[in-house]
Amino acid sequence: MTTSPLLKHPTNLMGILQLRRSWAVNGLLSLSLLASIGLSLCLGSFPTPLGEVLHALAAPRQSDIAFIIWELRLPRILLAVLVGAALAIAGAILQGIVRNPLASPDVIGITSGAAMAAVMFLALLSPQLSISWLPLAALCGALFAALLVFLLAWKDGVSPTRMVLVGIGLAAAMGAVTTLLIVISDDTAAMVAYVWLTGSLYAAQWQDVMGMLPWLLVAVPLCLSYARHMDTMALGDSVAQGLGVSLLRSRLVLMACSVALAGAAVAFAGGLSFVGLMAPHMAAKLVGRQFARLVPVSGLIGALIVLYADLLGRVAFLPKDLPAGVFVSGIGAPFFVYLLHRTRHRRD
Amino acid sequence: MLRGQVTKSAGLFMAVLIMLVSFLASVMLGTTDIGFSSLWASLTSYDPTQVAHIILRTERLPRAVVATLVGSSLAIAGALMQTMTRNPLASPGLLGINAGAMFFVVIAVSLLPLHSPADYVGAALLGALVAALLVVVLSRGHQGEFSPLRVVLAGVAVTAMFVSLSQGLLIIDQQSFESVLYWLAGSVSGRELPLVIPLLPLFGIALLLCALLVKHANALMLGDDMVAGLGLRAGTIKLLLGLVVILLAGTSVALAGMIGFVGLIVPHMARGLFGVDHRWLLPACALLGACLLLLADVASRFLMPPQDVPLGVMTALIGTPWFIYLARRKQVS
Repeated sequence: MTTSPLLKHPTNLMGILQLRRSWAVNGLLSLSLLASIGLSLCLGSFPTPLGEVLHALAAPRQSDIAFIIWELRLPRILLAVLVGAALAIAGAILQGIVRNPLASPDVIGITSGAAMAAVMFLALLSPQLSISWLPLAALCGALFAALLVFLLAWKDGVSPTRMVLVGIGLAAAMGAVTTLLIVISDDTAAMVAYVWLTGSLYAAQWQDVMGMLPWLLVAVPLCLSYARHMDTMALGDSVAQGLGVSLLRSRLVLMACSVALAGAAVAFAGGLSFVGLMAPHMAAKLVGRQFARLVPVSGLIGALIVLYADLLGRVAFLPKDLPAGVFVSGIGAPFFVYLLHRTRHRRD
Repeated sequence: MLRGQVTKSAGLFMAVLIMLVSFLASVMLGTTDIGFSSLWASLTSYDPTQVAHIILRTERLPRAVVATLVGSSLAIAGALMQTMTRNPLASPGLLGINAGAMFFVVIAVSLLPLHSPADYVGAALLGALVAALLVVVLSRGHQGEFSPLRVVLAGVAVTAMFVSLSQGLLIIDQQSFESVLYWLAGSVSGRELPLVIPLLPLFGIALLLCALLVKHANALMLGDDMVAGLGLRAGTIKLLLGLVVILLAGTSVALAGMIGFVGLIVPHMARGLFGVDHRWLLPACALLGACLLLLADVASRFLMPPQDVPLGVMTALIGTPWFIYLARRKQVS
């Protein structure tokens, strides 16, 4: 955990205490994630005791329970974990690049691009083309939106403020087109689109998990390798340049990571909002804003939020299976409010 | 950017003219165009047997008035929010106003026999107030100060909570989903004058308070210390400005539903043209917001007749190219 010389705290004791705290937080969150995955595997419309779950995990394709666990619950749970982590990390990166606590994949146009493409697909092409093309359409939308934001914000380099402004402008326009498409399409298609926009992990399969995983495997290490640049950029453009950071290259790489993570997450799970916005703030309240610590904790928190949101959606209103997006903020917001309340004596 | 008192005054004057023309266009154009003479006649000597007069009095005129009020209120509220939080991404919705209104409307629709957007006004207003109060309580520091980051975080948390609750209700109860869908997209049609008039005092109080606080808003932009330099507590000023935002944006949401674009983006347009001084910025916001909403409302009647395009959609479609042009051109502070 190295820091730039400027960031090094005068008293080393503080640093050591913070490091310990960050390890403790990471350990606790990882343990609770494992426990939650176990819990999710047990619960469902057909509850299974933990012993049978473990047995089924060890011997796939041998019983009905093994089928339920391996083909229905496990992929869905893993996808929830991956998607939650991806969105949270994408948010942490964006908030760092544009130095704005309100930045998130939703605000800055990435999610809106994916949503527009997906709703267009559902409203205009859906009966002719198979629904399995939907993730690809959404991913293209996200990439297209990010590219457009970057191109329109380009003027001798990209300033974070201009990128934010262009981002919200485009997000508004694409949101408008999405609403328009929903309003003009018939009621059934509108409902399908609305559920997609809310974000759902219904009927997730192994191929979705395998489609999601590579994005995380590439983007997360890449953004972590730029952690020092990110911490230096937080001090302001001129300081960062003075310390030898190439602003343009760092921003391009980090932005690309964020787009890849958010785009892939939206493609496979729909417009799960607020994870990318809330999770990094919660993580910052726990371990501070240093990027290398923020990223893993954000990812774990995001994964936990989406996992529990999907669990609630699956089991709380049986036989109905409600979209996870409904519960994401229902779980995240109260905890967030509690953190806000607890830290009210601290200066921000 | 326009520079100098004279150029800026000329700019504002132009904006007033454009607003008047848009207002007239909004009243006269539609599926049945109404001539200038019958417009005059319907105002001076109202004749309930003439169709044109009835259309004017019950549909076109209230519609134009609502568009003007809502457009200018949302834009002013947005500018004040961005000043208060010192964040270009802030919008009136950040105080939880839209989310609260949405939640209460969804509950009201599923529990009570409500039929038209006009019936939603009370519920929406109440929801906006409840959510905004919650945000204010949560964002207050222990010494009564409101740090920008806390306001933003509290706003995000409360918005997230209400939006998710409403989404859940909408997905469970499909029938109210269909009736609320249009309200969610925002519209100014079908609001008659008797509905608008009781809300006018709220707009009036907010605008008066806003006019009194212009100097403090300017000081607030420079930092909380500057406000203290004027002999006032920054917390109190922010609370009062927050009240203005709640009144303006709450009544707007109640009247016209979710129109997101105006409060977020018109302030940036106004800043790009008139600079950051609130003495120019706020009038400019009011005029540009009203123009944008009036023009969008007129255009929404013609895009795919006989159906109106939702106003929130039209505003964003018209405003975005403009906004991106301004965002690229100006040297962002």
